Amino acid sequence: MKNKFELLFTTLGLLSLIGGMFFGVIASLQFVFPGFLESIPFYKTRPLHVSLIVAWIFLSSIGGIYYYLPNYNNIKLHSRFLGILHFSIFLFTGILILICYFLGEFGGREYWEFPPILAIPIFVSWIIFGWNYFKTAFKTASNWPVYMWMWATGIFFFLFTFSEAYLWLLPQFKGNVIKELTLQWKAYGALVGSWNMLVYGTAIFLMEKIKKNSHIGRSKIAFLMYFLGLTNLMFGWAHHIYNVPTAMWIRYLAYLVSMSELIILAKIIYNWKKSLDESVKDFNILPYKFLVASDIWILLNLILALLLSVPAINMYTHGTHITVAHAMGSTIGINTMILLASCLFLIDKITKIEYTSGEIKTIKYGYTFLNIFLLIFWISLIIAGAIKGQDVVNNTISFKEIMTKINPILIVFSISGIGVFLSILAITIYPIKKSLIFLFNK
Amino acid sequence: MSRKTKQIIFFALLSQFLIYSLFVYISIPINNVGELSVNSQKGKLIFQKYNCIACHQLYGLGGYMGPDLTNVMNTKGKGKDYAKAFITSGTAKMPNFHIPPEEIELLVSYLEDVSKSGVSPTVDFNINKDGTVTINK
Ligand code: HEC
Ligand code: HEM
Repeated sequence: MKNKFELLFTTLGLLSLIGGMFFGVIASLQFVFPGFLESIPFYKTRPLHVSLIVAWIFLSSIGGIYYYLPNYNNIKLHSRFLGILHFSIFLFTGILILICYFLGEFGGREYWEFPPILAIPIFVSWIIFGWNYFKTAFKTASNWPVYMWMWATGIFFFLFTFSEAYLWLLPQFKGNVIKELTLQWKAYGALVGSWNMLVYGTAIFLMEKIKKNSHIGRSKIAFLMYFLGLTNLMFGWAHHIYNVPTAMWIRYLAYLVSMSELIILAKIIYNWKKSLDESVKDFNILPYKFLVASDIWILLNLILALLLSVPAINMYTHGTHITVAHAMGSTIGINTMILLASCLFLIDKITKIEYTSGEIKTIKYGYTFLNIFLLIFWISLIIAGAIKGQDVVNNTISFKEIMTKINPILIVFSISGIGVFLSILAITIYPIKKSLIFLFNK
Repeated sequence: MSRKTKQIIFFALLSQFLIYSLFVYISIPINNVGELSVNSQKGKLIFQKYNCIACHQLYGLGGYMGPDLTNVMNTKGKGKDYAKAFITSGTAKMPNFHIPPEEIELLVSYLEDVSKSGVSPTVDFNINKDGTVTINK
């Protein structure tokens, strides 16, 4: 096998994406058809789905960073050995986690359901990544473009949030459920913030390379947006816990900070015409297509997120499928779109194998259908959530009746989910084939 | 923007964040709301061991196949025996985990303490003009 651990990260990421979606489809069918596939029940398929998806987001962004940072700065990565070690730990721990889930060995909390002991190798692997990143990055010119700041921030905050997410093991924290929940969601705010830093950094990097315009990553506005994002990562998390009885000021601060994202919304709308004109020109470049789609999904998801952050609206949407629409809308529409762009770009650069015209056609069809199905998927979750939210607040019918009422909509969600799965399969199957041929051909 | 300015903004934000974090760690809970007894702390670990949160929420946080369990112990018509019945037998959607009776007692103790800590979902509230809400007790 060739010494291309960057490609190994990316390929394993794509395989995790496919595996993750597969369990997502099963989970959704279990939702609407109780008893479906009883051998792997929902309480196993849900964590399998979410953890594999989280693995996809991290693996593919890490693979990209390992490749882009040295190769586009004409420097050498500090240590290829540490890169390979990082990959090996990720793979090994990942397999252990999957085995635990299949066996029903939990013990952790939402999103990190595995037994807490497995957090140790994950933590170590991020220390290794951070060490390698900073040792390499400090070899470059000192005036970093914004994406290097973002990647650095993403790594730092991962370590922070991950430590915070395990404070519940300490006696000072585990004796109070409100304290625990508050900290858990404080940590998750930074978790999502951390991967967003890695992913958005990648998006800006790719934009710069595709447009061949190094100003993009150095402009004042890019840095202002970065600092705004950072502020939200740090202080916006409490919009998840408006109805947990914590201090009022924590909620008000989160509300205020969350609303600052209106500035981002304004910027997108203000630049809309200009970016549209620009996008027409390069729309036939495959990775670029995905970046354009992510822009539209940013707009849609930002509007939804802003609405959910208003406490008065949150009272209705909290604890419903609207939260799932927000979570999956962003992780598919924004993160996955950008990371697919990055995978296509990176696999091209490393393998230098061309696609046949038939393969390109398949990818383009996949792209179109992905966006169509995702829209149906997203809207059906919002509708299901809105009905449930309204009924819960009205408090006149039982939980069971509410679920029966929204079942038909969840069936639409399930079917469109299968569409999302197949479309992403069409997009990724040839890139995966290309990297496997490259990796395993002597 | 010069490198210096960026560094200053970054470290200013970071230090604020660290202070804020420390403050959150220390200042919560307010008036000891949400204290867990020793048995409830064990019950919480049982709750995690069976991954109940994959289908249930506490304060609206969790998976959405099943109902929010925050107040299952102090809602009229529900309560200890009601909850135990679900946990011991399961339903069409909820699996029967064959949980040993001593673990069920711990789970129940945990859910009882959670019930005392607050209310979820919130159904009795007034909306203010600025988009915030006042929750009626
Ligand atoms: C696979 C999903 C799933 C898992 C896992 C699960 N439940 Fe449930 N549970 C449900 C569903 C769904 C209901 C509602 C009844 C129904 O529709 O079958 C329910 C109902 C309940 C109820 C009654 C709530 C009410 O207000 O009526 C309690 C209590 C409960 N579950 C406790 C637990 C505990 C404790 C665990 C972990 C040991 C657990 N459940 C794990 C799906 C699940
Ligand atoms: C790239 C593709 C996908 C990504 C990034 C993704 C991401 C996520 C995330 C982050 C969650 C957690 C949501 C939360 O806790 O609120 C989730 C939950 C879920 N996803 Fe996906 N998902 C993807 C594809 C799919 C597909 C194709 C399906 C099939 C229909 C699916 C079905 C589900 C279900 C059923 C849940 C659980 C919802 C619940 O607890 O009620 N996902 N997904």
